[in-house]
Parts: sequence; C-alpha cells; structure tokens
Amino acid sequence: MAVTSRLLAATLGGYALSVVAGVVAGYGLSVARPDAVLVGMMFSFVVYTGAFLWAFSTRSATRAWLGMVVPTLLLAGPAWWITQGGFA
Amino acid sequence: MKDGFRQSMAWLHTWTGLVLGWLLYFIFVTGTLGYLDTEIDRWMQPELPPAADNMTPTRAVTLGHDWLQANVPSAKEWNILVPADRNIPQLRLYWRDTDNERDSVNLDAAGEPVAARDTGGGQRLYRMHWQLHYLPGWFTGWLISIATFVMFVAMVTGVITHKKIFKDFFTFRPYKGQRSWLDAHNALSVLSLPFQLMITYSGLVFMMFLCMPLLISAFYGGGEAAEESFFDEVFLEEPEVTPSGEPAALVDLAPLIAQAEARWGAGRISHVGIKQPGDANARIHVNGLYSAGPLRTSPGMTFDGVTGELLHERAPSGTVARNTRDVFLGLHEGMFAGPVLRFFYLLSSVMGTAMIATGLILWTVKRRQKLDSKGEGAALGVALVERLNVGTVVGLNIAVAVYFLANRLIPADFEGRADWEVHAMFLAWAAMLIHAGLRSPAQGWREQCVIAAVAFCAVPVVNALTTERHLAHSLATGDWVFAGFDLAIIAAGLTAAAVALYLRGKPAEQPAGKRRAANRRRDASVSARP
Repeated sequence: MAVTSRLLAATLGGYALSVVAGVVAGYGLSVARPDAVLVGMMFSFVVYTGAFLWAFSTRSATRAWLGMVVPTLLLAGPAWWITQGGFA
Repeated sequence: MKDGFRQSMAWLHTWTGLVLGWLLYFIFVTGTLGYLDTEIDRWMQPELPPAADNMTPTRAVTLGHDWLQANVPSAKEWNILVPADRNIPQLRLYWRDTDNERDSVNLDAAGEPVAARDTGGGQRLYRMHWQLHYLPGWFTGWLISIATFVMFVAMVTGVITHKKIFKDFFTFRPYKGQRSWLDAHNALSVLSLPFQLMITYSGLVFMMFLCMPLLISAFYGGGEAAEESFFDEVFLEEPEVTPSGEPAALVDLAPLIAQAEARWGAGRISHVGIKQPGDANARIHVNGLYSAGPLRTSPGMTFDGVTGELLHERAPSGTVARNTRDVFLGLHEGMFAGPVLRFFYLLSSVMGTAMIATGLILWTVKRRQKLDSKGEGAALGVALVERLNVGTVVGLNIAVAVYFLANRLIPADFEGRADWEVHAMFLAWAAMLIHAGLRSPAQGWREQCVIAAVAFCAVPVVNALTTERHLAHSLATGDWVFAGFDLAIIAAGLTAAAVALYLRGKPAEQPAGKRRAANRRRDASVSARP
C-alpha cells in the first residue's frame, strides 16, 4: 500500500507541482506570454521527473506526499497571482 | 522504500521499464522505421518512377497548377508539394473540395498523373509511432504522453542506478546469462545515451500542448477561444480569409516563385498552397525547406492571389523559447539529416530498440534464475512477461514484414487494401502473441526467429515475383532506394536466421544446476583461448 501511496503522490501530486512550478518558471524566464507557456511546459517535465525520483526515494510515503504538497502550496500563491494578469 | 537512494532508483527503473516496455518497444520500432518513411513509401508504390527531385520549383508549380486548374477548378484549396529533396521525392498535389474532403495525385515529369496502388506506405507505419492504431485520438495522445514520460524517468533512474558508467562501457561478459544481458543493456544504453535522452525529452516536447494544457489556461485563461489565441500568437497564424464570392483570375505563379527563390536560394521551396483559387480573395502561401537545419520551421511568404502583392513574410526563426522548442522537434524528426547522419539516426534508434528489448529480457532472466535455483516453477507474472517478450520483441518484427508482404500480395483493386495492409500487420502480431502463449519461452524464441527469417527473406522474393523492380534490376539501374530496401530486409532475415541457429544449438530446458555447469565449461573454454 505504501507503494500505491507513493505512486499517487508522484503522479497526481507531482503533476500539480509541475504545473505550478511551470507557471512560475515560465513567467520568471520569459518576456512575452506565448513564450511563458512554452518555457513553462518544457520546464514542467523536469520538475515532474524530479518529483518522481523524490516520491520513490524518500524514507516514507508521508514524506513523499509532503514533498509534493508543501512546494505546491508555496508556489500556488505566486502562480495564482500570475494567472490573474501577470502579463497584463 | 528500499535502503539507499540508488537501490530505490533501481527499483523505479525496473518497474517503470517493465510496465510500459512493450508499448515503448512498439514506439521505438515504428519510430526507427520512420527515419526511412519516404524510402518505404517509394518501395510500397513501385508504380511510381524513381525520385523526381531534380525538377525546378517553377516547373513543378506550373505543372501542378495546370493540372489542378484543368481538373479541380472548384476546390477551395490547392496544394503543390515540390520535389525538392529526400523528404518529397515526387511532385504531389492535394486539394480540398467544397465538402472539405481531401484528395491527392502524383504527377510525372511530363505532368501526367501516375496511377499507383493504394497504400498507407511508410507514412502510416511512421504515424503509428505516435498515433498507434485502432484507438481514439484522445486516448492515444495521453497514453503516448505517459509512455514517453515513463521512458524519461526510466532513462534518468537508469543513469543514477549505473554507478560505473565509464567502466561498464568496456565490459562485456558473454555467455553468462543474466550478466551478459545486463552488460548488453548497459553498453547499448550508455553508448547511445545522448540520443536516447534527446529523443525522449523531445518526445515530451511534442506532446506538451496535449498533456500540459493547464499551462495554457494559466496564461490565457480557460476555454477553447483562449487556447486558439495562444496558438495564433505562438505560431503567428494569419487570420483565415473568407471567400468573397466574386470570381477573379489567379495571378501567374512563376514570378512569385522567382521572388521566393531570390530570397531563400534557388530550388529551396517545398510547398505552395493556394487558398480559394479563382476567388477575388485568393491567397498564395509559398513555403521554404523544413530540412535546411535542425530548426523545425521554414520561411514563408504570403501573396495576394489576384494582384501578386507580397502581404506577409514569415521569418524561419522566432523567439528563444520558440526556437528551443523547434530545435527539439527538428532533432527528433531528423528531416535535415543527409545519408551519413541518417545512418547514425538509424543506428541510435536501433540501439534504443535493443535497449528496451534487452531490458525486458533481463527482467525475466533475473527472476527465472532465482526461481530455478529455488527449484520452483515459473510464477505467473514471470511466465506472462516471458511470453509477451517473445511475441513482441520478435513477433512485432514479423508483423512489420507481413505489412510489406501484404502491400505486394493484396490485389491492386481490392476494396480498402491500404487498411488491410495494416489489419494484416496486427493480425500477424496477434498470431505471434498467441503462438508465444502456447509454447515454452525457449521454443517460442527459436520458432519465431525461424518465422522472422522466412518472413523477411520472403519480402524481396515476393517483390521480384510481383513487380518489375527486383533486386538485380535495382542494382543494375542504380535505384538505391529499392536496392537498399531489399538488401536491408535480407540482412534482417539473415540475422533472424543466425539467432535461430544459435538458439537451436543451445540446450533448451535444463535444470539450473546442469546449466550452470555447462556455462562454466563454456566460460573455461572461452577464457582458455589466447
């Protein structure tokens, strides 16, 4: 069951993390809106991969989840601000 | 998880590799063949003359325009593919009629249509690389995205697992069962690692609009209209022009082609598209070569179809972000690769295919040895994987040979023959999976290698019996596409035959103890050699 929990943390939690990280990175690294999307997408795959490695290498399933939820929550604020007109 | 970072990475590598291994093998086999897509196209339509890529763009566009004007004057869109290089070997026209139905024709050097058998050709085989077959598009898109990501994770975890990356590069211990499979898997992966990482990451870049849609929503807002505006901005799409309904004669195309050639160089035109020909709002799009370099984009010019005025010019390169994406896509497709680089593309992707195959085999060999040493029979999981390996690693290649055989054997006027080529391929694969299920793994490997040898070697024979363009003819006339196809498939057949012979010499079902003793004896004799 611990494996299932880690798998869910990696796939679902990791996906959420890679989306918010992609939004923030895309905004931070680009000057124009279409570029932000492209950069964000290309960056998100790297984050998603890292999330997988974390989820399956850390000591417990709880820590796997914490590794997804905490950074996602931290990045959700700035990401929300960006979606509300970061390029306006 | 497991103790230690490397152990847990090894675990993740093993299981991600296994779960989607067969799908990835299919993707790699069809992708490898994709690097020869137009060569396979040409072999599968033997009625077409050898490539016409010495035709000038002006000549090609004049021939194409005259045919379209005479035969489909009321089409709402005309397209002329200029035989410019390897990627477009024939002058090819396609158009959309008022019902948006697409149709196409090939013209010879005199501008006459060439009748050729209906076939999916190399293009359909190549499209299976990302569209698979028989499955709805949305499902395939997600499945391919997941498989690509899993491949990427397997690559990264494989590198982490692999501590002695340089030393293992020079290590190969033959005839040692599991050790040999591991060495082979390592050598193949390490040697082609840059290619495999590039091809997998760029595969993700291909799929990113599908699998990361939330990033579009984050910057453009939700909904289809927002998505449209993103694509318009990133690809600099010009707004669609609606027909005015007023008839007007199309401007002479030759001066427009000359204008584009003056800009991009003589002969560097791949495609001319004419929207609403014969209407006052006609537009002419002239596109340059995609194959100029790894940047997967081409320069373009848009002209007014009546006055010939240059309305818009598209630069071949965009912003840094856009270029990064286009270079990844360009490197993945390798459209720019000449013969030498194309050979290395092929070699690397064959190694990738073998990497997946050896990984799958390694999984079973490892577990089978453990079971044997405990004196237990095969667990259900191991038995299943062993048989799926036989039916896919060998069986899929047999299916590809059957695809080529079907192309020659299905009568030219058979209803839906192009679809039946594909059905034949998947029926053959299904048959091989069933065969693998009914036989022991050792019998399965041996027998399917024999079937593969026969199927591959039958292809040039059937080609010689059903067309004029047999191997001797191809060699005599210097038709290297046809000769290369026949020779490559004979080489594949002989390889399969050699493996079958090797497996026949191998004792099939021995108790583990005896097998180990036999291995030791063989190792002793190998190492005793000077």
